[in-house]
Amino acid sequence: MMLGILAHKPANMNTARRYAVQRLGFGVLILASLLVVAPILFVIGAIIARGVGAINWEFLTAMPRDGMKAGGIFPAIVGTLLLTLGTALVAIPFGVGGAIYLAEYARDTWLTRAIRLAIVNLAGIPSVVYGLFGLGLFVLFLGFGTSIVAGSLTLAIMTLPVIISTSEEALRSVPVEFRTVSASLGGTRWQGIRNIVLPQALPGIITGVILGLLRAGGETAPILFTVAAFFLPRLPQSPLDQTMALPYHLYVISTQVPGMPAEIQYGTALVLLALVLSLNVVATVIRSYFRRKRQW
Amino acid sequence: MNTSSRIRLSEFAVEALVRVAGFSTIGFVLLIFLFLLREGIPVFLQVPLDNLFGTRWYPTFDFFGTLPLILGSLLITFSAIVIALPLGVAAAVFVREVAPNWAREILKPMIEVLAGIPSVVLGFFGMSLVAPLIRTTLGVPTGLTAFTGALILAYMALPTLISVAEDALDSVPKSYRDASLAMGATQWQTIWRVVVPAARSGILTAVMLGMGRAIGETMAVMMVTGNAARMPTTLDSLFRPVRTMTATVAAEMGEVAQGSTHYHALFGIGIILFLITFLINLAAASAIFQKRRRGGLR
Repeated sequence: MMLGILAHKPANMNTARRYAVQRLGFGVLILASLLVVAPILFVIGAIIARGVGAINWEFLTAMPRDGMKAGGIFPAIVGTLLLTLGTALVAIPFGVGGAIYLAEYARDTWLTRAIRLAIVNLAGIPSVVYGLFGLGLFVLFLGFGTSIVAGSLTLAIMTLPVIISTSEEALRSVPVEFRTVSASLGGTRWQGIRNIVLPQALPGIITGVILGLLRAGGETAPILFTVAAFFLPRLPQSPLDQTMALPYHLYVISTQVPGMPAEIQYGTALVLLALVLSLNVVATVIRSYFRRKRQW
Repeated sequence: MNTSSRIRLSEFAVEALVRVAGFSTIGFVLLIFLFLLREGIPVFLQVPLDNLFGTRWYPTFDFFGTLPLILGSLLITFSAIVIALPLGVAAAVFVREVAPNWAREILKPMIEVLAGIPSVVLGFFGMSLVAPLIRTTLGVPTGLTAFTGALILAYMALPTLISVAEDALDSVPKSYRDASLAMGATQWQTIWRVVVPAARSGILTAVMLGMGRAIGETMAVMMVTGNAARMPTTLDSLFRPVRTMTATVAAEMGEVAQGSTHYHALFGIGIILFLITFLINLAAASAIFQKRRRGGLR
């Protein structure tokens, strides 16, 4: 097949021309890569430049006032942190447990393949469909109402595939010899996993968990009908309470409230972006630090 | 003997627990589909099919035509892929085959950052900065167009597209490159005529996963496409407002009476979305699983 590809080469291409074509080709690749990267820098730069003026102590710690046109975004920040915490409480045990099953226990049967297929599909389901599902099951059928519990459960199921895939990869990257040595010393399978494999895979698992939770914390569509309050200038009182949340708040003040000062919009976008990206950096640093440190 | 039976018990318990966690994923997929059906099936019984797949979506007047919404979703998804495919493949080729180390060290984290930016932030950016730019440069009445949505979606699909395309390039055996170079081909000829063609089915998988991501995207699309439920059948539709399935559900679910036909219709759209993404991911996954068994994603 490869010979066929090369045979189509025109015979009259001299060396100088071929290298000119190569320079041109590389130029196009570089241009395309710049086109990928430049808008990313522009998005971040624009939001920082226009939002940084809004950031002050009051903005971060006060309740919104005057129909959200003044004051702070404190309840939205707290709401997002609570939702992320709730998501973690459900998604981590299921996610890491599922990954341990797939990496350490599951044999290659059709049932295991069905699990993998389920994970791929969970990862592909649109976020707004998760919102519909959360509304149908948690809010209405189980009677949690629009609440932090309903929102966290919805987000947790959405986050599950990310945590399972990254954790399984981390577990699989631990060499099989580690398990054999543990077994040869009389350790049971679980003892080997708990004392040897899990500690080695932990940085990778933590990275995956952070990345998954980040996505959950930044999501809007799944919480639209399951938890989010349009305007609620107080902190939630119980897990069955509604709450404001940063992504939904940004959506509300940029589309639903006429005459919103642009600075507050950009400020809110900046707080959300800063939360997400700083945790993103933490995850990347953990991963690269331990990748460099490990001996195998 | 007491300790050994306790160990055996804990072994058994742990295996049972992680097994439950693993199988829960199947349960969740089934549960999601079940609840979509439960709330969405009534619309198929209450509304005649020619209305349901008609061209008019005016729920207040009992017109539940989903066709403009489906076509709207397809229009911006395909436009987004047309933008993202050349950019993504070129960036993946650059990162894998050409880039010096320092450039790779910058590019890879930047693309991860892009993947991490919440959709609502990109939507906000799109409506407040990109849309006015499009309105003035193209001279159209509003900047909230299908094209604006496609542009934002293209960048949202890029991280998926690039990383899967990279895997595909990575799994092309080194011997292919060596053979090509040994026959006197330049590095560019090797990339363009050997490596990329050899990776094409992996690149196709990347495109499908990118499409799955794009068709299900909600917030950014809702904020930048103008949300007019019109049939995108004219040539200039790309530069006029359009409305997607996802945006319709997100925008209208908050206002409908629970149990009304409109409510069930929105779940009906959810069923359509679920099935479309299910099929796309099924196809992409079976391609990946097959390739993995044959050794390498090619």
